[in-house]
Amino acid sequence: MSEQLNFEVPTMAELIARGEEPEILFWVGCAGSYDERAQKTTRDICKILHHVGLKYAVLGTEESCTGDPAKRAGNEFLFQMQAMTNIEVLNGYNIKKIVTGCPHCFNTIKNEYPGLGGNYEVIHHTQLIQQLIDEGKLKAEGGESFKGKKITYHDPCYLGRGNDVYEAPRKALEVLDAQLVEMKRCKSNGLCCGAGGAQMFKEPEKGNKDINIERIEEALETNPQIVAASCPFCMTMLSDGVKLKDQSEHVKVLDIAEITARANGL
Amino acid sequence: MIAQILFIALFIAAVALFSYNAKKVIRNIRLGKPADRTDQPQKRLMTMLKVAFGQTKMFFRPIPAFLHLLVYAGFVIVNIEVLEIMIDGVAGTHRIFHGLGGLYNVLIGAFEFLALGVWVSCALFLIRRNVLKLKRFSGVEMTSWPKSDANYILITEILLMTAFLTMNAADVKLQALGYGHYVTAGAFPVSQFLQNLLPDSASSLVAIERGCWWFHIIGILAFLNYLPYSKHFHILFAFPNTYFSNLEPKGEFSNMQSVTNEVKAMLDPSFTPEPAEPGRFGAKDVNDLSWVNLMNAYTCTECGRCTSVCPANMTGKLLSPRKIMMDTRDRLTEVGKNIDKSGNGFDDGKSLIDTYISREEIWACTSCNACTNACPINIDPLAIITELRRYAVMEESQSPASLNAMMGNIENNGAPWKYSPADRLNWAKEN
Repeated sequence: MSEQLNFEVPTMAELIARGEEPEILFWVGCAGSYDERAQKTTRDICKILHHVGLKYAVLGTEESCTGDPAKRAGNEFLFQMQAMTNIEVLNGYNIKKIVTGCPHCFNTIKNEYPGLGGNYEVIHHTQLIQQLIDEGKLKAEGGESFKGKKITYHDPCYLGRGNDVYEAPRKALEVLDAQLVEMKRCKSNGLCCGAGGAQMFKEPEKGNKDINIERIEEALETNPQIVAASCPFCMTMLSDGVKLKDQSEHVKVLDIAEITARANGL
Repeated sequence: MIAQILFIALFIAAVALFSYNAKKVIRNIRLGKPADRTDQPQKRLMTMLKVAFGQTKMFFRPIPAFLHLLVYAGFVIVNIEVLEIMIDGVAGTHRIFHGLGGLYNVLIGAFEFLALGVWVSCALFLIRRNVLKLKRFSGVEMTSWPKSDANYILITEILLMTAFLTMNAADVKLQALGYGHYVTAGAFPVSQFLQNLLPDSASSLVAIERGCWWFHIIGILAFLNYLPYSKHFHILFAFPNTYFSNLEPKGEFSNMQSVTNEVKAMLDPSFTPEPAEPGRFGAKDVNDLSWVNLMNAYTCTECGRCTSVCPANMTGKLLSPRKIMMDTRDRLTEVGKNIDKSGNGFDDGKSLIDTYISREEIWACTSCNACTNACPINIDPLAIITELRRYAVMEESQSPASLNAMMGNIENNGAPWKYSPADRLNWAKEN
């Protein structure tokens, strides 16, 4: 269960140099690449990919921001510059299938890249985990037991309402034999963590409460041991909320990939 | 005979006035930029049938949904009765459909129950708004006019239904008296209870019956002409609005073709885009928005479901998606009036952004799509917020400093934070 990876993460450049092609490209995303907390999730996604023996690769230093925060902030120029540059790299490698570690990257590449010449099958890592569970390649065994633990799942806007993905993350949690409790506002009625629409990168406007506090209060009402997330921005907002509520000792905020990796002893 | 001529004249005048005002509204909507919403006609039709006709999204809140359904059913079905009233009015007949016999009795009986349903629902709606003061019906944008507008609509519907039932009560009493042309027809399960409240003299009954008949039909014609000035326009616009609503995943923001051309030219000097009219990036005013955005504004009935689920609004920020829609409609109405008065191209020095919607509002949005999901008739406030942001950022370079820093980072090092692209794979090596 060490944090360290005991295997090499293959890059596209290396694979091509060896004359190989990956089955799937893992799009890490900026948060997954640089944010310390999100890096853990990134490594766990790699552990899962490695564990099931799926042939994957990352772009490494050739990856660049999808342009999502620029687009939500209204800077279409910057978004399309980023998008076209990325599409050139992806098409250059003849990429067909992509898994992302972030709902924002997922939404942007899946929905907004096709119009600019980037056509790929794009899935979010919770969907990959669900598929692997369905195919019997991934189980919840050999690792930490989550049996009976109270878990509540927070729907990220760009995965849930944005793309109607509600079941895959829940399925990944169901195999744990844990006790899943829904928050009052969940699924299509889920409440935002406060980070979307480029809010992650700015101070909130004047108000009487921060959105992540409103959300974490709701999550804590379910008395959870774990708040499950599937987005690096939600992860930051929810973790901050738990800290501010002084609940870090009792409540862990974990990504579905982390939970899956732990349950499998990866 | 005079009554017939008066009725026909009133009817023609009412329809003409409504067409005149409706045409203005349509002209205003056409001030918007083109947007193609003609793809997938079958899916569009299904969306309209489900969302507008079937009111499926209303049932997320079952109590108002049920009451609204009663009013809606009443509105649609009582219109069959209005058809009879029209024919009677034009032809000078009385209860021309009474020849339907048993079916007529069933119909009139059903209309009476529906009228009662409308009456009770509207009364409960008034109580919800004015006595219980539900939070959803207040907010900065709910100034005195929107509140009065809602009350006028509800009170009018109650008056119309009262007139309809009183008319029936008087009619059935006259029927019993075997008076004049009052043929025995219809079943009156609700209005029979009103009979005792009415006088017994035939002449008074005729006066009440005729009075209510005229009040009811004039009321309906007046109400029709109230629509273009009111939030109640949704009873018509809900249908085209859902038909032309966004069918793509909610997370997807449209790509701007004008920008694509410029970016392509920048990345590839040999690319020459087709010459396009120089336009504005994003929206400063209502005519920079698309016609769909503008139709959305006329469709909004200010129910506030959007604002009640908006994370920014519920945490005390200025942003309210309902206000975005109301501001857009108010500004569009103003622009329309300017055109009526001074012709096209008149500049009153005002704009949607700043005069109506503040920067603080547009930057508070998390683009979470809770508002678009909550709208029972698929209005999209987020699309307008995005266009206003696009204008602020691309035309004016006016974004919050921290967002400028974020965009600078993306431009320089391909990430929203100040990290070196060379370090992008460090997560695989460290720890």
